[in-house]
Amino acid sequence: MLPDAEQTLNLLADRMRGAVAFDALFVGIHSGGAWLADRLAKLIPGDHPVGYIDVSFYRDDFRRTGLKPEVKRTELPFEVEGATIVLVDDVLNTGRSARAAINELFDYGRPGRIELAVLVDRGGRELPIEATYSGARLAVARDLSLVLSRGADGTLVLATEGPARDDMAGGSDA
Amino acid sequence: MRNPQLDAHGELTHLLTLEGLPADVIVRILDTAVPFTSIAERDVKKVPLLRGKAVFNLFFENSTRTRTTFEIAAKRLSADVINLNIGASSTTKGETLLDTVDNLCAMNADMFVVRHAQSGAPHLIAAHLNRTGRTHVHVVNAGDGRHAHPTQGLLDLFTIRHYKRDFRNLTVAIVGDVLHSRVARSLIHGLTTLGTPEVRAVGPQTLLPTALSALGVRVCNDMREGIKDCDVVVMLRLQNERMHGALLPSAGEFFKHYGLTPEKLAYAKPDAIVMHPGPMNRGVEIDSAVADSDRAVILPQVTFGIAVRMAVLSMLAGN
Repeated sequence: MLPDAEQTLNLLADRMRGAVAFDALFVGIHSGGAWLADRLAKLIPGDHPVGYIDVSFYRDDFRRTGLKPEVKRTELPFEVEGATIVLVDDVLNTGRSARAAINELFDYGRPGRIELAVLVDRGGRELPIEATYSGARLAVARDLSLVLSRGADGTLVLATEGPARDDMAGGSDA
Repeated sequence: MRNPQLDAHGELTHLLTLEGLPADVIVRILDTAVPFTSIAERDVKKVPLLRGKAVFNLFFENSTRTRTTFEIAAKRLSADVINLNIGASSTTKGETLLDTVDNLCAMNADMFVVRHAQSGAPHLIAAHLNRTGRTHVHVVNAGDGRHAHPTQGLLDLFTIRHYKRDFRNLTVAIVGDVLHSRVARSLIHGLTTLGTPEVRAVGPQTLLPTALSALGVRVCNDMREGIKDCDVVVMLRLQNERMHGALLPSAGEFFKHYGLTPEKLAYAKPDAIVMHPGPMNRGVEIDSAVADSDRAVILPQVTFGIAVRMAVLSMLAGN
């Protein structure tokens, strides 16, 4: 039974309140992380400009899977140099998406501090990367991918899809 | 026979011409180019997509802009770029084109960007690589004779889409030396594939190929009639180096009839954009008053060209 995404988002926000700097910039990883960053920026006290990052150009599985059909634009409408940045993603799994996002951030400047907020931590790390804040920990069968989707009214929903074609090919291998 | 540009799954594996390329592949290239436009605005103008790949720029014919923008595109993707100026190398010693390619493959080339004065040369290389089972090596046509210049066609399409959004209600006039222009041919194929209702070729009869109407193009010998109510005016360079025989009385005469002046541009729509693939001959096909006006999008074309070539290179490398 998967947890309710909206409730998990509230839990995540509770854990971030009081811990996140008032001037932290929120950077959502497309697509799930982008929706979450928009929501969290309003839930967390302080002034949090929101940017978006598409890590397609930084992924380490490009040789195996090619470029995915829809690459979104990375938009960071602020100075990255010296800033406190909260990277936001839907699912933390292998850690490769977070690695790619951190690499991309550094191509815009040298952040003062980077934190990682994820809705769900499903374990399965392949890199030494951990979330600073997570809404829930969840055990999911390895061959299933965990996908966040957004309804027409903006409601977030978690679902499993699978079996995944490839450990790295799904959208949930954060 | 299968389209030699596509692999068994319909994915792009070489880019040789826009003729016969499905609309969804063209749109996907244009869509992929959009996020690449922002990389130039960053601190570090580089992404690691093609890290460790060897891209050979094989230019058998002179070019500055195309070669440079391909080089920048490959470098911004973190590839290693090797520029070969073939005019000064082995072919002059008698080596055949395919022997040159085989030698470069023995140096572990991953991609060839080929410009050649002979139509079909990039196609020959691609067919040779496919035949010999080297499907991991990709070919991009950077202009072959009078045949095709697909990345120029794509960057023109990208520019038009950027300013005009949709092709399905546009009138586009291509003016000047259409006969010698691979740019025009590629653009015409792209525009018709994407559903542009009216494409016109405007110029003196001696500079218009005879089979134009078979491509769905309206032919106009009168400039004012040709650009009347156009949304996009594409000026072509007068290619003196490819002209043999008396096709034109003089450059001055050409300018009088077909040079784009503010007075002639007034026949197009008030928000019409002016494009030119470069290099421009000021006072021959285009007046400085137009080239330097805010109607001209000639320099944005160059910038978009880098993003479009990055999209092509990365899509090929991933397939």
